[in-house]
Amino acid sequence: MTPCSRKFCCRPRDSKLSLVLLSIFFALAFLLVQPVLTLNAETLPTTGSSEPESIQATSQSAQSTLESIQAAPPAPPTNVRAFDTPSDQGGMMTINWTKSTDDVPATGKVMGYVIYRSEAPGGPFEPISSVALQTEEYLDTSVRDNVPYYYRVGAAAQGQVVGLSEIVGPAVSKQQWFNTRKSNLLAIALIIAIAILWFVYQARAGKKLYIRRIAGIEAVEEAVGRATEMGKPILFIPGIQDMDNVQTVAGLSILASVGKLAAQYETKLDVPVSRSLVMSTARETLKQAYLSVGRPDLYTDDSVYYVTDEQFGYVAAVDGIMVRERPATCFYMGAFFAESLILAETGNSIGAIQIAGTAMPTQLPFFVAACDYTLIGEELFAASAYLSKDERMIGSLKGQDVGKGIAMFFILLGTLLATIGAVSGSDTIVVISDWLKNLFTLNF
Amino acid sequence: MAKGKRDIVDILKAMDRRVIFLLIALSVIIPLVFHLVFSVRTSPIVQAIFDKMESLPPGSKVLVSFDYGPSTAPENQPMAEAIARHALQRDLKLYFMAVWATGPPQTELLIADVINADFPKKAYGKDWINLGFKAGNQGLINAILLDLKSMYTTDVHGAPINSFEMMKDVQNLTDMALIVCIGSGFPGVREWVQFAGDPGDIPVAGGVTAVEAPLLYPYYPRQLLGLLGGLQGAAEYEAALVKAYPQFKGRANSEQAVQLMGPQTVAHLVIIAFVIVGNVAFFAERRRLARAKKA
Amino acid sequence: MKVQVPLVITFIVGFALIAAIFVPHDPFHAMDQNFSIYFDLIAVFAFILGGGNLLKIHGNKIWKRGRDWKYSIVTVVGFLMMMIVGTFKLGGPPGLTGDVAADGSWFKFMYDSIFVPLQSTMFSLLAFFVASASYRAFRAKTKEATILLIAAFIILIGRTPLGHYLTAWLPQPLQFLHIPNLSNWILSFPSMAGQRAIMIGIALGIISTSLKLILGIERSYLGGEGK
Repeated sequence: MTPCSRKFCCRPRDSKLSLVLLSIFFALAFLLVQPVLTLNAETLPTTGSSEPESIQATSQSAQSTLESIQAAPPAPPTNVRAFDTPSDQGGMMTINWTKSTDDVPATGKVMGYVIYRSEAPGGPFEPISSVALQTEEYLDTSVRDNVPYYYRVGAAAQGQVVGLSEIVGPAVSKQQWFNTRKSNLLAIALIIAIAILWFVYQARAGKKLYIRRIAGIEAVEEAVGRATEMGKPILFIPGIQDMDNVQTVAGLSILASVGKLAAQYETKLDVPVSRSLVMSTARETLKQAYLSVGRPDLYTDDSVYYVTDEQFGYVAAVDGIMVRERPATCFYMGAFFAESLILAETGNSIGAIQIAGTAMPTQLPFFVAACDYTLIGEELFAASAYLSKDERMIGSLKGQDVGKGIAMFFILLGTLLATIGAVSGSDTIVVISDWLKNLFTLNF
Repeated sequence: MAKGKRDIVDILKAMDRRVIFLLIALSVIIPLVFHLVFSVRTSPIVQAIFDKMESLPPGSKVLVSFDYGPSTAPENQPMAEAIARHALQRDLKLYFMAVWATGPPQTELLIADVINADFPKKAYGKDWINLGFKAGNQGLINAILLDLKSMYTTDVHGAPINSFEMMKDVQNLTDMALIVCIGSGFPGVREWVQFAGDPGDIPVAGGVTAVEAPLLYPYYPRQLLGLLGGLQGAAEYEAALVKAYPQFKGRANSEQAVQLMGPQTVAHLVIIAFVIVGNVAFFAERRRLARAKKA
Repeated sequence: MKVQVPLVITFIVGFALIAAIFVPHDPFHAMDQNFSIYFDLIAVFAFILGGGNLLKIHGNKIWKRGRDWKYSIVTVVGFLMMMIVGTFKLGGPPGLTGDVAADGSWFKFMYDSIFVPLQSTMFSLLAFFVASASYRAFRAKTKEATILLIAAFIILIGRTPLGHYLTAWLPQPLQFLHIPNLSNWILSFPSMAGQRAIMIGIALGIISTSLKLILGIERSYLGGEGK
């Protein structure tokens, strides 16, 4: 493939890349101006009376009780604010306040707070919820969007006596276009995505990118050759998860490469799968792989067959296949759970060469212990790039390294700051360390 | 080595795997038959859950999610039963649910082994309720964080949810004093922490298989109140429960995990012995080859 | 066309779902949940493909008296029996409208008597295989392997009551050498550090692979070359 000679190639395929870069630009621009666009917290000056009042009793006895202690209701909460909950999908209002001066747990004068709501400034105000004492915030999730609401908060004492705050409002709930709590996530995602795309672009432009050798991937051809020499089949397990798992997709990408080799060497390839959608996709993948090396005659649909969705039923079936068919080579590429060791040990018992790859950290030790080669975590995702030798996919591996570099830098920086802060007791260092921690804290 | 003469090293190298399997089987069966029981001490990560349950006032709401199946029941079921036993002893209200389709049969097992056996006076709908399984994985957890009754309009038997006394003042997960997820994979404890505990500021405790436990240590203690890791974790909780409530001592179903620690201990020792023996054979062979090279 | 249309769909849906993470406004906020449901619906229909394939493969084997055809009879009979019993809710109250796993139903009986013991049996194989894998794999060939071996011993003993008994006598200043404490330390620090590093790499790999899928760079799952 000839490298592109112009800086920006205008071929139809590249418009997708340009579209992406443009989208990223607008996203970044939006990120910078969004605080202005999404700021719609509304608290208008208070209306209504400034004297505390008791709630109208519904019965004579309640009325007389209220009258008898009306003289000493608790002090109302102050600084009540009601505003649209930011960064939400609408239907939520945040009400916060400064707690009543009588809210001292030891005295027990205030038992909690009652939140009242109305759609008109003059009422009637209905109580919508109550919260415990010492609380200073409430999230009202029963509001309708674009409807103005008015709120009051009452400090509740015994006998339904409430010290009511001033009325605040109108507050209107709306849906927001951007969740500002995820700004840090967006920024990190964009940086890594841009790095990956940059190196893909570099690779397409012809730049040679160095990537280290991975023994497991280099052994794939040798493993297929071994099966060919021994006249035995190859067994390929693309994990036990469905197509919505990225590891399964990665496994099928490797299946394409293994399929090409198997077709070239005319070796039987067996692919029992655990999900029906994976069966359909794997068949398509394998068919194209055989076609691409000019051996469509060797492909049969029966190479890829469904067994069962049930985890241990599947592994029992695959173990049976291994013990009966005695494949010379076993590939385990995808997402696995507890069955990983059962598969690997059975494969070992039949003397097969085993190459495994998974991004399940809990299963990696089992594969490492029992298999000849293991692709650890991201090496599974890198395998398709290695095997296909496509420059763009190799470029994407370099982009991942940028992400790793960023992770390593901030891990070291954070560890250093936390250690120095703990040892020296310096407030400044502790503040910086906490700020850095908050920068990487995800708030949903 | 002279041809035809096999020494211990060759025997060990050529040992059939089935010998290992047989010894492992015996190491589990013999302690079970002879009731080999060790006393178990509770570690801080398990004690944290116990202390939290002890601190909850009677009537507090505890949600228990059964996110496992029969395959991991030997590890997970004792955890669930110990937690339920503790909660009912302290008159806490139990809300059972499941995010795994294989969870409800485990709930039924718990109801038979704990509630019907040890707490027959506890009333359904008043002291405990079974909400059953709903599909949706973490989406379900996300939804019930805000509105539980929109997803659970009935209990597992199809009765309207609002007909139960203990559901009247429950709107969503934030009404729970504690969430305990007993899980063994996805969705599990991590999803409960990410989609319920963290955003809703609700205490979450977990019980997982031993292989999953290391993955959850980063969440302890800030996001995860405590963790029962494997059979050891279950045994530690049972030990704490029996220590605080001696009336449970001696009952078979309240010390299941403690009784299984005997076989686990012996099995671990047998594995260690195998590893040592294997290494002895390995080094002996290496020395033999080195000598043969010199010669 | 056969490759282009899926690529365009992947591109649009991929970006829409990424946007759904950051945009709470309708129609994005429920998108990821809705698409998960759509996927589940498609996967359920795909069961028909899978089930059909299972019956076809084993049916052929039985018909042609292929190798081990008798086991295929067991597979087909088991499959059909569970399906019929579950679909028609045989044996349980009150017929088709009842709960498939109601007490007394044949489905529950088969689940409790066949499925549960079989599943537990397969899982219990792990106990044996762990022993045989440990015997074969844990060799102190190098310094690193020796450290791994020692860590494995500490954790194996630390996860049992024996770990407490062996080192309970240690004085307070040496409590960090108490086997359960050492075991927890190994799990909480070196082991966790390694797992986290692997998880960071995995996350980056997933970002990269997902980006390649969305942009159509990675097409092998569609059967096409990445061009």
